[in-house]
Amino acid sequence: MIKAKPKPMEEIIDNVKGFSKLLIAGCDGCVTVCEAGGLKEAKVLAAALRLYFTQGGKQAQVDETSLTRQCEKEYLAQLSDRIDNYDAVVSLACGCGIQYLAEMYDKKVVFPGVDTCFLGVNEERGLYSERCQACGRCILAETGGICPIARCSKRMLNGPCGGSEGGKCEVNKDIPCGWELIYERLKTLGQLERFETPTVPKDWTTSRDGGPRKIVREDLRI
Amino acid sequence: MSAETPSKLQRMIKAGHLAVTSEVGPPRSADGAVIERKAELIKDYVDAINVTDNQTSVCRLCSLAACIRIKQMGLEPVLQMVTRDRNRIALQSDILGAASFGINNILCLTGDHQHFGDHATCANVFDLDSTQLAMTVRMMRDEGKLLGGFEFEVRPQMFIGAAANPFAGPNVDIRVARLAKKVAAGVQFVQTQCIYNMDTFKTFMKMVVDRGLHEKVAVLAGITPMKNVGMAKYMKNRVPGIDVPDEIVKRMGGVPKEKQAEEGINLAIEQMEELKGVEGVRGFHIMAIEWEEKVPEIVKRVGLYPRPQLAA
Amino acid sequence: MRLQYPPNVRIIEVPCSGKVDILHLLLAFEQGADGVIVVGCMEGDCHYLAGNLFAKKRVQRVKEILDQVGLGGERVGMYNLSSGMGPRFAEIIREMTQKIMELGPSPIRIAKGTAVRAAGEVAA
Repeated sequence: MIKAKPKPMEEIIDNVKGFSKLLIAGCDGCVTVCEAGGLKEAKVLAAALRLYFTQGGKQAQVDETSLTRQCEKEYLAQLSDRIDNYDAVVSLACGCGIQYLAEMYDKKVVFPGVDTCFLGVNEERGLYSERCQACGRCILAETGGICPIARCSKRMLNGPCGGSEGGKCEVNKDIPCGWELIYERLKTLGQLERFETPTVPKDWTTSRDGGPRKIVREDLRI
Repeated sequence: MSAETPSKLQRMIKAGHLAVTSEVGPPRSADGAVIERKAELIKDYVDAINVTDNQTSVCRLCSLAACIRIKQMGLEPVLQMVTRDRNRIALQSDILGAASFGINNILCLTGDHQHFGDHATCANVFDLDSTQLAMTVRMMRDEGKLLGGFEFEVRPQMFIGAAANPFAGPNVDIRVARLAKKVAAGVQFVQTQCIYNMDTFKTFMKMVVDRGLHEKVAVLAGITPMKNVGMAKYMKNRVPGIDVPDEIVKRMGGVPKEKQAEEGINLAIEQMEELKGVEGVRGFHIMAIEWEEKVPEIVKRVGLYPRPQLAA
Repeated sequence: MRLQYPPNVRIIEVPCSGKVDILHLLLAFEQGADGVIVVGCMEGDCHYLAGNLFAKKRVQRVKEILDQVGLGGERVGMYNLSSGMGPRFAEIIREMTQKIMELGPSPIRIAKGTAVRAAGEVAA
């Protein structure tokens, strides 16, 4: 899922301090799972902002809500009858949701309330780590189910590099060497021979290098 | 080492001599004279001079320009090229440019992550990795083709090199396998990571020889003389992928401070003498980090001076 | 034991300090509390294993939020007591009350007009 983290309060306050009617819009999707932007976080942010405005002697209305998914128009439409009550919206959805909300209500000022970070897993509560860079052409079949693009700091396709030591990446000892993980997995699977065949340069057009991407599924469209 | 190029380094190896290379790190300024000064110091003692490419991700005068200078001094440069900073368009373009100046050696590297350097907030590229860069150079040289498919007439005559690190993880087996992979990608010579752990290196070389890889790739053993015990400790503890055994730290620390530099040189010379007898070692790559002036002494004391002259 | 402690404290009982949420604490301040403390069991003695540890983290987060929104994190605190520590409880209440008296009323109450700054107190 998409992983995000709450933006620093100072930054949010700095964005919204000039407004007096604010809606904090959470999203029930990915950001709820990583506890960055669900209804709960929307309530906490709204309460904090109310305290901020009140202690500063300013009358401000700060309400909270959460939408099933901010990346879908049907759910964003749930705001249509009340969005005009607000001067600005702080969206706690991922970057997709924030943009789609802004796109749908194009006259409304929309601020981000989270920093959208990566596609990752929940290792445990409060510990999320990256697994996929959405390059658009999955090579996991060749690499023992471990992605070198997401998990090698240099996204090498023929690793591990000479900086791999003790199973750790040269960048920092908290990062497992992606290629060492691949090696161990291929060994377990009895597929080490894959190591000796050079992998040719990757076609990055399906990654962000091809420009903004789109999936058109004619089989699904009417 | 199938493809023959005009590379002096390649011819030296082919003639059966133990090759000697060293490196010049370009300055962090536009002062080209620094390169000439450093090259001047070592030119009579080496067969080719590597020029590092923004090593440790610190921005410096570019490797290509420095190589051209060295070439214009009548010397033999080895163009180090990392894939961190340039995509395949820029890499191939620089290779064509280098070849147009008669540069005949390239060392294909992925490069240190920018996190180490002076521009840690930059975007990296890593469009290719070192192995893929070697494949690309081979394609340009042997097929006269760019990665995009364009075919051209005047091909870059590059002797293709890469790095090999017998000491990095996960183990020596995979390090040999990765060398085999680089050879399969077209690599003709490798310069190894600095060797301090002789046992690991010998294990590596035995596996290389057992697989017959030494027939296909010339291994130049990497030597970095230690300046003092501080450097030994730093390399042991702080530099990923370098294996400095305790006894070396102990030995460096066992002599008075003012004698440590000399001890470091002695150690390097002993290592080289020992390495001469290791099957598959075809020469040395001396990386005297900001200590280029010691290269002549090392080469002389190890009996590799004067350098053999090749027939033109 | 009939211990005495200041009468201006309102006690809200919860089954475990782990039940106390960031929102409860913020809400207390919104509703005009000048200070809030969470009293949990001794660390390592939680019936639900980690309830008091969660509470500690939440109180810490609320401290940060109060600092960021201008109320001051010192208005919230966390204490760990066992059921046999009545005297210490009374002492903590006295200490906290004293501390809040020194800090003065919460800026929220001042803004809402339900409290005034004591003479000589400087506006934050």
